[in-house]
Amino acid sequence: MSEQNKPGEQDLVRRTSGELERSPGGGRNRKAVRDGLLPAAVQGFGVTFAQMFRTVTTEQYPFEPKVTKPRYHGRHVLNRHPDGLEKCVGCELCAWACPADAIYVEGGDNTEDARFSPGERYGAVYQINYLRCIFCGLCIEACPTRSLTMSNDFELADDNRQDLIYTKEQLMAPLLPGMEATPHPMRLGDDEKDYYVREPEPRP
Amino acid sequence: MGLEEKIPSGVLLTSVEKLVNWTRKSSLWPATFGLACCAIEMMASGAGRYDLARFGMEVFRASPRQADLMIVAGRVSQKMAPVLRQIYDQMPEPRWVLAMGVCASSGGMFNNYAIVQGVDHVVPVDMYLPGCPPRPEMLMDAILKLHHKIQHEPLGPKRARQLAEARADGTAPDLHVEMPSTVRVDKAARRAYEAAAAEGRTGQFGIEQRGGNAVLLPGAGDRR
Repeated sequence: MSEQNKPGEQDLVRRTSGELERSPGGGRNRKAVRDGLLPAAVQGFGVTFAQMFRTVTTEQYPFEPKVTKPRYHGRHVLNRHPDGLEKCVGCELCAWACPADAIYVEGGDNTEDARFSPGERYGAVYQINYLRCIFCGLCIEACPTRSLTMSNDFELADDNRQDLIYTKEQLMAPLLPGMEATPHPMRLGDDEKDYYVREPEPRP
Repeated sequence: MGLEEKIPSGVLLTSVEKLVNWTRKSSLWPATFGLACCAIEMMASGAGRYDLARFGMEVFRASPRQADLMIVAGRVSQKMAPVLRQIYDQMPEPRWVLAMGVCASSGGMFNNYAIVQGVDHVVPVDMYLPGCPPRPEMLMDAILKLHHKIQHEPLGPKRARQLAEARADGTAPDLHVEMPSTVRVDKAARRAYEAAAAEGRTGQFGIEQRGGNAVLLPGAGDRR
């Protein structure tokens, strides 16, 4: 770049032998000049007045519920198979993946009398401490059966630490039409393969 | 305390209590106590888009002597704990503490020797807010829940005793502090939530309200 293309060069503050040397006139040292013919007060209040016609950005939050993106990391859900059996197999991979040690899982054995999930094991105790959980979603990535997913609910505040440890009853997904409360025998087949390698049902 | 000790309990006292609590909750001034990343969300809540001024609390007071609410926003290190306590002690009563974010609430993912494992080791906490960091709506939700709590606080020792007795008998009404704020402002949804809470289905309530959807699918046409 040549010297002519740098018009502000002589206006810049130069440092010469430790002292500041300012060029007189122009650049930063130029007097503040108002452009416009209106008096200052009108110009100033004009900015305020013009604000009234701008779009309001404020969210009316508690009155208009916040719609998050579908992939927002909210409160967890423990999902169910279409017949109501739990997807959780009690493998504790979510608890191992959790960087904050927020998840506590105890597996249990399914018996013929009391079946909670297809296959051998189910999550007998499942707790998430929401005062540790950082909603990173590593548990969701770790879950081998897509049992644990995240909902879009985020209004979790409470006034004691005890109630913020969510138990399995609070985390389980609701029973939709066609689902049956656990424990009950497998309805979709004879063994767990009929659950995990099932063809998707054709959409009506 | 004063006058409320001498007047007979009953209609007058409960009305005064309601009025006083209403004034207290309607201009709850927070103390500026941002410690970490949660403070960014706290500042955003005070700004135009989320606008805490709608609830009479846009003035984050730099002096604890003018503040009613301490929002502990961020992780509290062992070295910060005495400072936190001093600021709390400098606040005039009545005062409330909101532990914002998992670090302030329980230490969060910082389970180590440097971080206080929950700010309730240092000061009494009135509201715990999970999230890392909680989004401004979550903070507003926690603040509104705290407002609800303040509105139902007893005024003076006599009312406090009555309330303690009612709690012991099991006749005290359940405040449902954990009820989401969007549900509380909607009368029909509030009744549905109370019915769900009586059956112990609060965990499933939100999903049931959306017709079984855990997430908000675009164009689902649900309540939210």
